[in-house]
Amino acid sequence: MSLHIFRSIFAAAATIAAAVAFSWPEVAAQTPTSGDVTVLPVQGAVSVLFGPGGPNNSTSANITVQASEDAVVLVDTGREDASGQFIAAIRRISTRPVRFIINTQAGRDHTGGNEALSLSGRPYGGRAAGAGFLLPGAADGATIIAHEHVLAVLSGLRGSPAVPFRAHPTETYFAPEHELFNHEAIQIFHEPAALTDGDSVVFFRRSDVISAGDVFSTVTYPRIDPRAGGTVNGTISALNHIIDLAIPREKQEGGTYIIPGHGRIADEADVVEYRDMIVIIRDRVQDLMTKGRTLDQIKAAKVPFDYDRRYSKPEWTGEQFVESIFATLPRTTNSASR
Amino acid sequence: MRARIVTCLIVVGILCGTSRMAFAQIPVDLSGEWANRMHEDLPWRGPGQRVGEFQGLPINAEARMKAESWMASAYAMPERQCIPFPMDMAYTFGNMRIWKVKDSPSQEVIAWGQLNEWQQQERTIWMDGRPHPPEGAPHTWQGFSTGEWDGTLLKVTTTHLKMAYLERNGVPRSDQATVVEYYARHDNILTITTIVEDPVYLTEPWVRTRNFASAPNQELNAYPCRPAVELDVPEHQVPHYLPGQNPFLESGVAIGVPKPALPGGAHTMYPEFARQLKTQP
Repeated sequence: MSLHIFRSIFAAAATIAAAVAFSWPEVAAQTPTSGDVTVLPVQGAVSVLFGPGGPNNSTSANITVQASEDAVVLVDTGREDASGQFIAAIRRISTRPVRFIINTQAGRDHTGGNEALSLSGRPYGGRAAGAGFLLPGAADGATIIAHEHVLAVLSGLRGSPAVPFRAHPTETYFAPEHELFNHEAIQIFHEPAALTDGDSVVFFRRSDVISAGDVFSTVTYPRIDPRAGGTVNGTISALNHIIDLAIPREKQEGGTYIIPGHGRIADEADVVEYRDMIVIIRDRVQDLMTKGRTLDQIKAAKVPFDYDRRYSKPEWTGEQFVESIFATLPRTTNSASR
Repeated sequence: MRARIVTCLIVVGILCGTSRMAFAQIPVDLSGEWANRMHEDLPWRGPGQRVGEFQGLPINAEARMKAESWMASAYAMPERQCIPFPMDMAYTFGNMRIWKVKDSPSQEVIAWGQLNEWQQQERTIWMDGRPHPPEGAPHTWQGFSTGEWDGTLLKVTTTHLKMAYLERNGVPRSDQATVVEYYARHDNILTITTIVEDPVYLTEPWVRTRNFASAPNQELNAYPCRPAVELDVPEHQVPHYLPGQNPFLESGVAIGVPKPALPGGAHTMYPEFARQLKTQP
């Protein structure tokens, strides 16, 4: 037997052994990570970054990433101290510059990375040799879009400390809808008086993905802030708007995907469940208010008891949620004051 | 020397081939058409439980409160009309098909495909050792299932389920639940034991069995569904009862369910409870 045949037999045996060891594909749950940041593709050109701790425990809001061959668009920028990890994770998705950032609200878990992530990108436009349309100082960061009430909060006009100037929105809107295009239509809807008076919901039309901000969460009750103009009825309206925009596949599953402000990727059925929960608890509070019950009496009645084990968290409890509902529902003649 | 090497390689080759064959073997073939046998729990699977009938379910107080606020009109909401039975209710009625999913190059069974006729729900039970998806992945009505053989039993573990009902009268099962099933084939009978564990709404595992008979000539019906407005009510109305206002919670008494059993709870699953009922006036 020649050496050539020996080599052939050995190569064949090695191939068989390798096939036995690696014959089944590793096809599920490939989750690229960058530090503690997790990246999951959602649909079309859209991915999501979950902050340190994962989707259910992170103190950072989710970041939506939409990438085309021209630009990267982000929805929210997460917590400031995770910016480096977020930038590294975005680079794993696309090497194109971040050109637009959309803030769905002013919370620091949503806007903390504004400065760093904006400075990691470039504005739309540029400076060809000898030319340039950009304002002085505008050439070194992505455009930050938000409802004008978000700018009011971040610039210190609403009583909270101002954030650094570089973290301010650079393009604000005040109409019901604002638009953008990055190889697909991107609609930005103002959801008035939802968690605050400045919430936005972002719809990526071709990818068929909605980035909902905190009006939808798979982790906690909605954190309605009455002092910032938030109301329970506005939150329900915002969720109904998402339900109207979303179209599921057959059997009420998939189709339009929805990225919550916190928590896992969802679809319309998940939003319906969340909306129903808020409506049911709202109605219970309203009923007791109509009967003249005080806030303390309503809290003692434990109206969200059947949902607390799922949605009550130490940082935002069922009682706090009830307080926010009580504060924003219209008083009837029979209802008691706080 | 050459002969020794050749012998060694042949032995390696045989061992590889043998282990590969053993790996590829399945203890029991589950594939085929299966007809549902409805004898077990028939009243619950046919007409169904009445509103407020929670006996025999290991639910906690939170689940009871949620189920007591449930109104059947919820099924008429356009957003809910096409919601199918989740995998842990899938065998309530309807027949079933199971087939092998094979890896093309190796022809090994890498999964079992399963189609439940009622509401046409297809699921895949992965057998290739893949992990369950990360926690950020979407949840579905059928969840994500992996299987492993335990002797001749196929043990299936399912996670990533959507929030759904445990029973058709509004008893909830949360999206945090994990379901373990055991598929046991005895000749032409297939028994599936389903064990639901839910940290949100159950205090103990909920166990039930369903039986199917082999039906080689069976064909399954399609089940298309598109939602439509069925009731002249305001858009996005959410039907529900306020606490204390559901008038049907004791309707089970009319069909002979003892009143103390209606609220359910783990204790109502056990024979001691039935014996205790007999001692009551």
